[in-house]
Amino acid sequence: MAEVLFFVAGTGAIAGAIGVVVLRNAFYAVLALVGHLLSLAALFLLLRAEFVAAAQVVVYAGAVMVLYVFVVAYVGGQDEEMATQGSGLRLAAPLFAGVLLVELCIATLGSGLQAIDGDGAPFDPAFGGPGQIGELFLTKFLLPFEIASYLLLIAAVGAVILARRRRGLDDGDRDDDGPLDIPRPRGTGTMAEAVDALGGRPGKPKGGW
Amino acid sequence: MAIGWYLAVSAFVFCIGAAGVLTRRSPLVVLLCLELMLNAGNLALIAFSRMHGNGDGQIFALIVMVVAACEVTVGLGLIVAMYRRRLPIDVDRMRDLRG
Amino acid sequence: MSATTYGWLVLAFPLAGTVVISLLYNRLPGRTAGWIGTGAIAASFLSALGALFMLLDHGREERQLVGTLYDYADTVGVDAQLSILIDPLSVLMALVVTGVSALIHLYSVAYLASDRGYSRFFAYLNFFVFSMLVLVLAGNFLLLIVGWAFVGAASYLLISFWYRRATATSAGIKAFVINVIGDVGLVLGTYFIFKHTGTLDFLGTFEKVPDEFATNDGDLVAGCILLLVGACAKSAQVPLHTWLPDAMEGPTTVSALIHAATMVTAGVYLIARMHPLFEQAPVAADVGAVIGCVTLILAATIAMAVTDLKRVIAYSTMSQIGYMVMGVSAGAYAAGLFHLMTHAFFKALLFMAAGSLIGAMAGTQSLDRMGGFRRAMPFTFGCFVVGGLALAGVPPFSGFFSKDEILLLVGDRGGWHWILYAVGYAGSLLTAIYTFRMIFRAFLGDPVPEARELEQGHVHHAGTPTNPMTGEEEDTDVGFPGPEHHIAERSLPMKVAMGALAVGAVVGGVVQIPHVTEVLHDFLEPTFSESELYEAHPSGGLTAFGLALGAVVALAGIAIAHRVWVQRPGTADRVRARLSGLHRVLVNRWYFDEAYDAAIVRPAAAVGRFAQQTFERLFVERTLMGGATGIVRAGSSAVRAAQNGFLRYYAALLLLGLAALAFYFLLAAT
Repeated sequence: MAEVLFFVAGTGAIAGAIGVVVLRNAFYAVLALVGHLLSLAALFLLLRAEFVAAAQVVVYAGAVMVLYVFVVAYVGGQDEEMATQGSGLRLAAPLFAGVLLVELCIATLGSGLQAIDGDGAPFDPAFGGPGQIGELFLTKFLLPFEIASYLLLIAAVGAVILARRRRGLDDGDRDDDGPLDIPRPRGTGTMAEAVDALGGRPGKPKGGW
Repeated sequence: MAIGWYLAVSAFVFCIGAAGVLTRRSPLVVLLCLELMLNAGNLALIAFSRMHGNGDGQIFALIVMVVAACEVTVGLGLIVAMYRRRLPIDVDRMRDLRG
Repeated sequence: MSATTYGWLVLAFPLAGTVVISLLYNRLPGRTAGWIGTGAIAASFLSALGALFMLLDHGREERQLVGTLYDYADTVGVDAQLSILIDPLSVLMALVVTGVSALIHLYSVAYLASDRGYSRFFAYLNFFVFSMLVLVLAGNFLLLIVGWAFVGAASYLLISFWYRRATATSAGIKAFVINVIGDVGLVLGTYFIFKHTGTLDFLGTFEKVPDEFATNDGDLVAGCILLLVGACAKSAQVPLHTWLPDAMEGPTTVSALIHAATMVTAGVYLIARMHPLFEQAPVAADVGAVIGCVTLILAATIAMAVTDLKRVIAYSTMSQIGYMVMGVSAGAYAAGLFHLMTHAFFKALLFMAAGSLIGAMAGTQSLDRMGGFRRAMPFTFGCFVVGGLALAGVPPFSGFFSKDEILLLVGDRGGWHWILYAVGYAGSLLTAIYTFRMIFRAFLGDPVPEARELEQGHVHHAGTPTNPMTGEEEDTDVGFPGPEHHIAERSLPMKVAMGALAVGAVVGGVVQIPHVTEVLHDFLEPTFSESELYEAHPSGGLTAFGLALGAVVALAGIAIAHRVWVQRPGTADRVRARLSGLHRVLVNRWYFDEAYDAAIVRPAAAVGRFAQQTFERLFVERTLMGGATGIVRAGSSAVRAAQNGFLRYYAALLLLGLAALAFYFLLAAT
């Protein structure tokens, strides 16, 4: 029974992953990821990590993906064009990924770990439950717990700053100067600005070499 | 099922996610593929936690989820800011930092 | 204070003058820079007098004192010290240099008063005097070479003083290049001598010379000939003489100081100082005598034909230095130095008077345009006449005694030196002729418009200032002469300076009248004590013959000049028409400049062109530098391609790196 569930969930996970990568429409890609996450939650359950599975569904699929959906709706994820540049990368990317996959498989399968052939260590029934998780968080992993909450605060503040409007309500039409757009002389700033400012050729001195 | 199967699934998903990061042009989808990779890592962690029989891997996975959430927040905030400034939402066109 | 302390003071005052004027150059009002400069040299002159008196305090045997300030190096074989030698020769030279320089500084205070580069001029002039004093007071070859080089540099700075004039800067470069040839000769000559003696110190070298070198030893002759090259370059002797006439591009006071009284006499001083070497290598000394003789007659012939006032006086300088070089090479040391002293007086006087005359002509220097200034400029005329009489060698002026003493001692050597004797007197005749040609043409005859203006009491002003040689227009701002022209009759400093020199030119002869007063000869004796030639005493008969011949030749020359240019005015043109070929050769200065141009300058320019266009452009720029930079640029552009701004590209590289790392670890684990 567990095997059947495993294969179903595993197939779902991989299918979802492939869907994210392949689907042109961003919204469909988000939905594929949601499917993937749910399959992963099933896999977690099979591994007796109930709390993590629940967190995965509630937090990840529930909150983070909803955030994604909002942004896709706002930005309007139109079907993206085929890649014009770096088309060599379209061929090379699966190749690199394939190479990595082969290596990872060799690493796991060829390793001397015998335990991966087994079902896992014996455990008590409270394994994976919220009680155990909570206890670990508040004793052994207190510092990471606190730092993670701090990180969440930073991210929230950062997101607010990044996406806020400035100076009134109808400024969404204007190209605002960002906080770093102080007036600079021509030719300074990023390389691309320099190239444009100096007329197309980066810093070539006059009169020969 | 043997733990190794879960690790195999994790490897697959990770590499698919990596291929997606390299291939897709919309930053939104790139972030999605990044999520894939993170989740693959989570799966591997949970699998090893089951293998050892203690909860350390699960704690790690939870923290990874927290980090992923933060990263998504900031990344999506960036995308919204880009959209607001009428910049093209396309990683190939955002290449000012070139040499 | 001892004599050597006075010697250091002699050096210190001009150096202080230079430094002070240079540092304050744009804050000194009016003529202050001039007075500072003059004061510095006057103080130096007084110190030289102090050194003289301190020296005379010593007994005759102890009159060669060395003062060392600093030991540069005393390593294996090389003793390099900052030391000066105070002996009669150097004290005489120091007195002449500082005395005449002080008077010339005084003259310049008024002469250059309206020039924008006034302070710069006095800084340079003081620097020159300092360098010349280093040269004459040097106690070893090292300091001699240093002074030699500095003097060349000062000469360049002063010739190109009006630096916006193209002719002036070319002349400065020409002088400097030829001087450098001389410098090379001097240094190489020093090396040849040092190779055997192992010491750079003068007294030490002179002691070792009779032991280390056989007579006419190959190395010694080579060394002395190289020293002669240096002397000829500095003293404008054939064949390194072509720079002196062009050096007249500098202000007249520069010509007076450097190219008449002091710098060009450095060669004479060198030969006199190195007399033990030259006496041990008589071949080199004979070469020197012949060079001096050739120069004196060559320059005298050219002076008969040129029409630029300053150039006539320049060629006359060249000729008189030929006498001096001939004298000291042939062993007439006291006579040669005596002529050096008297020549300094009357030649500086002539240049000063010429400056006054050129001022009255508002910058024009051509004799063709001058005439009849006698009534308008009586003081200048008087100075010219005094100087001219001294130069021509009319008794009892100083030039008579000095020139004749040289010729006397040269003839006394006998043998083929009689040829030099005869040529010397022929040169005397020509000297008298061209000197008075100059005076009669400029001062007698009908007054030219400028002279008439001056008689009304108004100095002529040119409309737009022009270059006297090429006629191109200039302005009067910095780098060109100032707008005012100064004449002696209206300027007290100029009159005082010229008057003092005139007195010297007249009475200077009394210090060395043969068989009567031998003050100079006795004074210089400690320096030349081991020289046999020094004690030569010509017979009374030869002396009387020589003096009489000299007087006759001088007066005859004046008479010829008077006849040709005053009594029968068309004679000069008829002679020129009859001897037009010879005249052309003389006006073109015996074609030396053209020969050098064809033989040296053009090939050098061609080599330079080849080097630049072919070698430099093709090989160095294209291949070496282009290749090196091309490689670097290709490499960097290859590397730069990795920074293309593609996010996906970077991600791919990341992934690739991760794969490579995993691969490595997999391999390491097996």
